[in-house]
Amino acid sequence: MSTVEAPHRAKADRPPEAPAAAAQPLYASRQKVYPKRVFGVVRSVKWAVLALCLALYYVVPWIRWNRGPGLPDQAVLVDIENARLFFFWIEIWPQEIYFLTGALILGAFALFAVSSLFGRLWCGFTCPQTVWTDLFMFVERWIQGDRNARMKLDQGPRNANYWTRKVLTHAVWLLIAAATGGAWVMYFVDAPTVTMEILTGHASLQVYFFFAMFAGFTYLLAGWAREQVCTYMCPWPRFQAAMLDENSLVVTYRDWRGEPRGKAKAEGVGDCVDCFACVHVCPTGIDIRDGQQLECIGCGLCVDACDSVMGKLGRPKGLIAFETLKNLAASEAATAGMPPGAARYKAGMAARHLPRFIRPRTMMYAGAIAVVSLVMLGAFLLRSTLDVTVLRDRAPLFVRLSDGGIRNGYTIKIVNKRREDSPLVLDLQAPQGFRMVVQDADTDPDGRPLVARRADGIVQYRVLVSVPPGQRLPESTPVTFRLLEPSGRVAARQSSTFVGPRQ
Amino acid sequence: MPTKIEKDTVSGQDTTGHEWDGLKELNTPLPKWWLYTFYATIVWALVWVVVYPSVPFWRGTSGWIAREAIVGEVEAANARNAPMMARLREATPAQIAADPELRSFALAGGRVAFANTCAGCHGAGGQGAQGGYPTLADDDWIWGGSLEAIQQTIRHGIRNTEDDEARTSIMPRFGADGMLTAAQIGDVAEYVLSMSGRATDQAAAGRGATIFAEQCVACHGDRGEGNRDVGAPRLSDQVWLYGNTKAQIMAMINNPRMGVMPAWQGRLDPAVINMLTVYVHSLGGGE
Repeated sequence: MSTVEAPHRAKADRPPEAPAAAAQPLYASRQKVYPKRVFGVVRSVKWAVLALCLALYYVVPWIRWNRGPGLPDQAVLVDIENARLFFFWIEIWPQEIYFLTGALILGAFALFAVSSLFGRLWCGFTCPQTVWTDLFMFVERWIQGDRNARMKLDQGPRNANYWTRKVLTHAVWLLIAAATGGAWVMYFVDAPTVTMEILTGHASLQVYFFFAMFAGFTYLLAGWAREQVCTYMCPWPRFQAAMLDENSLVVTYRDWRGEPRGKAKAEGVGDCVDCFACVHVCPTGIDIRDGQQLECIGCGLCVDACDSVMGKLGRPKGLIAFETLKNLAASEAATAGMPPGAARYKAGMAARHLPRFIRPRTMMYAGAIAVVSLVMLGAFLLRSTLDVTVLRDRAPLFVRLSDGGIRNGYTIKIVNKRREDSPLVLDLQAPQGFRMVVQDADTDPDGRPLVARRADGIVQYRVLVSVPPGQRLPESTPVTFRLLEPSGRVAARQSSTFVGPRQ
Repeated sequence: MPTKIEKDTVSGQDTTGHEWDGLKELNTPLPKWWLYTFYATIVWALVWVVVYPSVPFWRGTSGWIAREAIVGEVEAANARNAPMMARLREATPAQIAADPELRSFALAGGRVAFANTCAGCHGAGGQGAQGGYPTLADDDWIWGGSLEAIQQTIRHGIRNTEDDEARTSIMPRFGADGMLTAAQIGDVAEYVLSMSGRATDQAAAGRGATIFAEQCVACHGDRGEGNRDVGAPRLSDQVWLYGNTKAQIMAMINNPRMGVMPAWQGRLDPAVINMLTVYVHSLGGGE
């Protein structure tokens, strides 16, 4: 972290290690992490977020939404085959993919804003890797027992008990993984249909491929890889340092209060009793007392663990807490040289200030979020459901007719996102003398060309516009094509040009 | 070269022994599974080398060849289009033009066929080129612009030696064969210009009118209105295949150039000829 002075005192205070006999190897085996069960406020919030995220993920494809006959009745559906994205009452065409871009940009800025305010809230609470790993750990704990039981099981003999528990754990993991892969597929094809197809073995190869891919990676990443995804694979921990500053709330060990560590009843020691509760509950297997670390996902389970120990000892909670590094430094400065005890605690806590949530960085993120939201909202409200696009012929640019007149050809496409299909009048706005012929079009009683529109589709017409001989013509004349409803209201318009010979 | 592996005092980690201008590199061990994943990708690559045609003269054990896969895809596409092509083969151009489904297929297919076989001379979109390649998007036709006439032209071509039914006609070489003097040719050219209202020398045009009545009306008509039966272009309009200046017109009278078009019957599927007919008709000049 470049912007923050991380407290390294804990590490520096340790006795210097003896010189290693052999050089450190270049490759290391994974140290398996056995997170211990924990109770507390943070854990409860984490369970709630987990339940919400999983419920959303698994339930959303099953929500039905009546769109009328012949149309999918799934509320959220990415219909790749018909190139439509259904989201409740909204129906997006492929050329409107910028709505997705906007949503992703919005998500990115929201992530930046949350990180600069509260640290790695996303990583610790809502990231799918964290949510599914948490769920898999819950299953593991349920079948194999808590930390000590699991360690004993792994170190013990490979007997029937060992294999029963291991096989059962992996079986449940695979079931969850299959449900995850299945739910993913449901966002792209009708949920009840594809569920039946998968279960009866009638689904397409494509469905099985994506089902197996997402199920397989869920099992691999949440069951086996776990914290290594965050430490070695994910780019986010690497650049989140750019979003954090000394005013961000991060999971921190208040070393000014805890050091020097010692037995609970010892004299002249800080509040940390070196019980390693914080280390044992950590899902990434680190010691938060070493200061800010890349591996820390900010889940705050160590906060709960430490608080319960402090509670038992009758000491104030919050030895490990969501705290800003600015406050940490202030407390540290205020308590410098003070002996451990109630006075030091009081002085340290008094030096703290409310975190500054409003600062240039967060204002800029908020501004960016506001701008992108407004642009997207505007784009959505002004989104046209009937478009006319005009493609002017490039070869030939223009044609000289036998009477000396000039003619241009256009291809006109009527993009109709609505379900209505009544014909419209095509009208040309151009200087006097310009004449339009629409190939294959009917005419209305007034002799104006009537063009069809296809419900939820595109219709194409070839249009020829000509200028009689003798008319003075600039090299390029702006013209506008309009679609008129029977009432005369302009339903859509598109401007183009009429090209003549160089003067 | 690793020289001296030492312990870093701040992090407690070993260095790798690499040193550049005083900068030392810490050794943070890579996870072993990461290394094994790398090895796995190498093994995977070797599998690909064996299974697929990876080196010259090695077809791979799978037998999959990109070229053959494309051939298969083309065959599949042709099979998909076969029912439509069969209908296009049976129908007349007029029937195709009247059926929206056939017509839209014919226009899409005709566009591709035109780019493949016709655009070389007639240009993209049928824009033509001066010097003998007629514009197909205008309203002027030498041999006729109805669906039937266009189909006839595509099938048998013009002035070729390969098709007995090819459209054919010959304009005499009035100057080169000594039928008219240079002065007479100038007069006729002036008269031809007058038909589209561009004569500058009324006396010469008057003299040319007499010669025109003797030599040219048989094909080009009394008032230069042309004759599609013999492919004699209309001279009274503003469309000029070989140029509209007096010099260009004189050159045509002296030693005329006449376009040649190959016959496409027998070379193209009758369905493709039908598609081309409908497509060319739609370009803007269809009658």
